[in-house]
This record gives sequence, C-alpha cells and structure tokens, in this order.
Amino acid sequence: MADTTLAGKADSEADPPRRSGRLAGFLHRSETARGYLLISPTLAIMTVGIIMPFLILLVLSFWTRQGFGFDTTPTFNNYIRVWTEPIFGALLQRSFWISGIATVATVLLCYPMAYFVAFHVHRNKMLWIILMTLPFWTSYLLRIFAWKVILGYEGVINSGFMAMGWIQAPLEFLLYSQTAVIITLAHAWAAFAILPLYVSLEKIDKSLLEAATDLGDGPVARFLRVTLPLSMPGVIAACFLIFIPTTGDYVTPALLGGPDGAMIGNFIQLQFGAVNNWPMGATLSIVLMLWIAAIALVFLFLTRRAQARIT
Amino acid sequence: MSDGTYIKRPNRPLQVYAVIFLIVLYVPVLFIPLFSFNDSIYVRFPLEGWTLKWYGELWQREPVWNALWNSVRVGVVVAVISTILGVIAARAITRYRMPGKSALVTFIMMPLVIPGIIFGVALLVLLSRMGIPLTLYTVGLGHLIVCLPFAVATLLPRFEGFDPSMEEASADLGENGWWTFWRVTFPMVFPGVVASLLLTFTISFDEFIMAFFLTGTDPTLPMYIWGQLRFPQEFPSVLALSSLILFVSFILVFLAQWIGRIGLDETKKS
Repeated sequence: MADTTLAGKADSEADPPRRSGRLAGFLHRSETARGYLLISPTLAIMTVGIIMPFLILLVLSFWTRQGFGFDTTPTFNNYIRVWTEPIFGALLQRSFWISGIATVATVLLCYPMAYFVAFHVHRNKMLWIILMTLPFWTSYLLRIFAWKVILGYEGVINSGFMAMGWIQAPLEFLLYSQTAVIITLAHAWAAFAILPLYVSLEKIDKSLLEAATDLGDGPVARFLRVTLPLSMPGVIAACFLIFIPTTGDYVTPALLGGPDGAMIGNFIQLQFGAVNNWPMGATLSIVLMLWIAAIALVFLFLTRRAQARIT
Repeated sequence: MSDGTYIKRPNRPLQVYAVIFLIVLYVPVLFIPLFSFNDSIYVRFPLEGWTLKWYGELWQREPVWNALWNSVRVGVVVAVISTILGVIAARAITRYRMPGKSALVTFIMMPLVIPGIIFGVALLVLLSRMGIPLTLYTVGLGHLIVCLPFAVATLLPRFEGFDPSMEEASADLGENGWWTFWRVTFPMVFPGVVASLLLTFTISFDEFIMAFFLTGTDPTLPMYIWGQLRFPQEFPSVLALSSLILFVSFILVFLAQWIGRIGLDETKKS
C-alpha cells in the first residue's frame, strides 16, 4: 500500500491481489497505460468492426471479379475505370450536388430555429432541444417511408390537393426525383444542424451584443457583424455533419429517388447485390472514403480559420 | 443568463417560425399513424373511415412476431454491450491522461459521420472472407459499431461533470476500488447509463442499413418492413407496424433524453 498516492491520487482502480506482479506495478505507475488498458476492450471492438473491414475492403478493391470468385492479382483496373468511365464521375458529382443542396437548405432553415432557442427561450430550454431532436433518434427508414407516403403519386399532397380541387392531375415531380430526395434529406437530418448551431449560438457572450447595440448597431448590422461570425464554427460543423453522411445515403434515394435521384450509395449497393461485382463496389467505397477525407480536411481548415477570426 | 436586457423582448416572427418548424418536423411522421387507421388499402385522401383491422391483421402474423423477437434480442444485447464499453471508454477518457486522446475520441465517433453503407459493405466483405455466415450476431456486431459513439457521447458528459475528489474521499475513508466504484462512481453516472441503454436499444431496434447488408435468414423488424414495401397490398399493415415502432421509439428516446439530461443540469448547478 506504500505506493498508493504515487500518481497524486488515491488509487481506486487496481484490485489488491494483482499489485504484487511486475506488470501490475507498471500499470499502477503509468497513468497512460492504465487508461489504455481500461479503454482497450472498446478499441478492440472498433478494430474488429472498423479497421479490419476497411483493410480487407482496400485489398479487395485491387482485385478483379472472375466468375463467382475473385482474381487476386493486384491491379489498378477498378480505379482506372472509376477515373475514366463517365458514369462514375457523374454519379459522384450528383451525390455531392444533392447532399450539397440538402445541406445548405437544412442549415439555412435550422439557423433561425437554433437562434430562437438560444436567445429567446428562457424557460424549458431542455424541453425545446429534446423536442427538436427527438425525431432524429427514431427509425430513419420509417421517417423516409413517411415522405414516400406524403410525396407519392397518390400520396398525401397529390390526393389532398386533388380532393381540394387545387390541382387536376397528380404532380409527378414530387416522387422519384432529386427534389424528393433533397426535401427528405433536409427534413431527416435537421437535428444534426440544430445541435451544433445551438451550441455555438448559446456560447456567444451576450454582453458583446449589448456592446454592439450601445455603439449604434441596429439589429441587422449587429447580427451580421457579431452573431453570425461568432456562430460560424457551428455553421461549419453543421454543414460537415450533414454533408458527409448524406453523400453516401442509401435509403432515401432508393425509396424516393427513382432513376434521376440515384446516388453513389445505391450504386455501391448494386455492386454488392444485383451486379455482383464486389471488387468494383469496394473500389467505389474507397473512392467515396477518399473524397470524404478530402472534404473533411477542407472543413477542418475552414473551422481553424473561423476560430482564428473569433479569438 | 439574467443579464440579457433587450434580448428578453419577444420576437414575434421568430416565435411563429419556431412553431411552424416544429409542425413541419413532426407532421410528416404523423401521417403514418393517421393512415394506419384508415379503412382502405390505398394510402390517399379522402380518408375512408376508422378501423383497427390492420393492427388486428398484424397480430396474427407469425413473421412479424419473429422479426420483433429478433430485433429485441439484438437490441438488448447491443445496448448492454455498447453501454458497458461506453462506460469504460468514458471513464478512461476523462480519468487518465493519455497521449493521442483526441484522436481516440475522433476514431470512436467516426461512425456518427461516415455513411453507414461503407461500414456495412466493409463488414460484409470481412465476414465473407473469413467464412463467417450472416446471422443475428453479425447484425449485432454492425449495430455495436453504430451504437458505440452514441453511448460514449451520452456518457462522456456524465464522467466529465464528475468530481474525482469524491472517489478520493471514499478511498480515504477506507473503501477499496471495487466498493468505491459501486457506491460512489456508479450512482453518480447511473442516469447516464440508463439513458445510454435506452438510446442504444432504440438505435439498434430502428437501425436499417447495417442490417440490410449483414442480415442472414432472420430479419429484424426494419428489414421485415423493407421486404414488405414491394407489395402495395401490404402497405396498410406496414403502416400499422410502423406506427407501433415509432410510438415505442419516441417514448424510449424521450425517456433517454430526459433521464440523460435532468441530473446533468443539477450537477452543473451545484
């Protein structure tokens, strides 16, 4: 028990019988080692579930399909095909376009809401936040399905408007289109925008706003010169948190996209399903990952710049 | 908070906007239960009349019960394991100085952002190369990866708001590590644990994309629904089933959020 206070804190982790061993002694002394030991089961699962699959996926992307098996001679053919055949580039471009529009729409629509809760709600803030984020935690599939019910050829909007006599024939652009995918994505990912926006707005020192008012800024100038720049990190985080996951979305374009709204995720799924070209699917996944990594770096850079401007 | 002066002035347009926002957020989902009570095989206006027959039909379907049982089994196991892993991860992250900690946290949080389809196909490839057949266990592994970030994110604030001197006091008073954990640490993080269990269960219960790639012959509930979407005549019973799932999910998540936050605000205040 002599070394109990070695780390400056009373030891509450290591159980007494193991203290005699040399390994235990080392663990007892080194905070880092103990921390890593404690977190190791979690890391082990993450390794089995994320790192190993990614390595195999990377290996597979250099193989070629051969009948029902694989030709395991490494080759760049899949990557060359993705680079040269226009369909892949077009699909990637469309995916980024659709999720880009959805991202901008979501952030623009959610900003006033986050602003309202951060500055104008004084009681039950927690309830408001729970209310705004609650749908997000429930079944993604069913929320997308709900939009199919609404936008369908005989869906809520079309049949409702026709029953009211507002339109004569169903509006066909609603279902199986990029518009449908964008609307649905914007709705489904709202919570991912609300939370970072709210956090960054809530952090703003209210006295800065009063200072701006005292110095003669009107509400608009005050917003543009104080609130908006200070909330920029939240805006960037919101864009990142929506744009990245939606580029690879599968369910929404599958249920609502139709041929015009198909995205890269659907194409990847096809390679593992009907087309049965797993190496190609692996290559597409890796290419998508590389794009995501590149975009993440851009966002990181933007965040750094926004932070630097504030402080 | 009390120093806001002009900010206290209510802003009418913003209030109206907030109300509309909430309505738009919730109404689409509400159409599912609305049409599940509609006495027509077609999902369209005008409504034909109220009925419970779609729910009754659901009750007699063997595959629905099987899928429910599969989902519950996977959900419970995933919730327990991911919460345990979340507790030890949150504990390690907050309690010890570890180099590379922020990289570690980023790594754990990765599944939050990276499209699920990539994890799904990557796991599928790994399992098939290793010759492991697709079963509920593989679905569970996929769900574990998806749920872990949420467990850690729920539990981290608990451990961050936790004063280490409490544990030191307990140790000084003669408790050993084990009892200190059970009598001091655990009660203080308990609400976070409950919230994490509820949340991860719901996420696993509702999860689709991982199950889509990793399900063998036993479908989970979302997979069962996906299979039924091809048949227009099944639409009303899918709506009834979806309503029930949404109802349960909303209650569980609301409880999780409520339990997860209430105590947190109290610890911050004190």
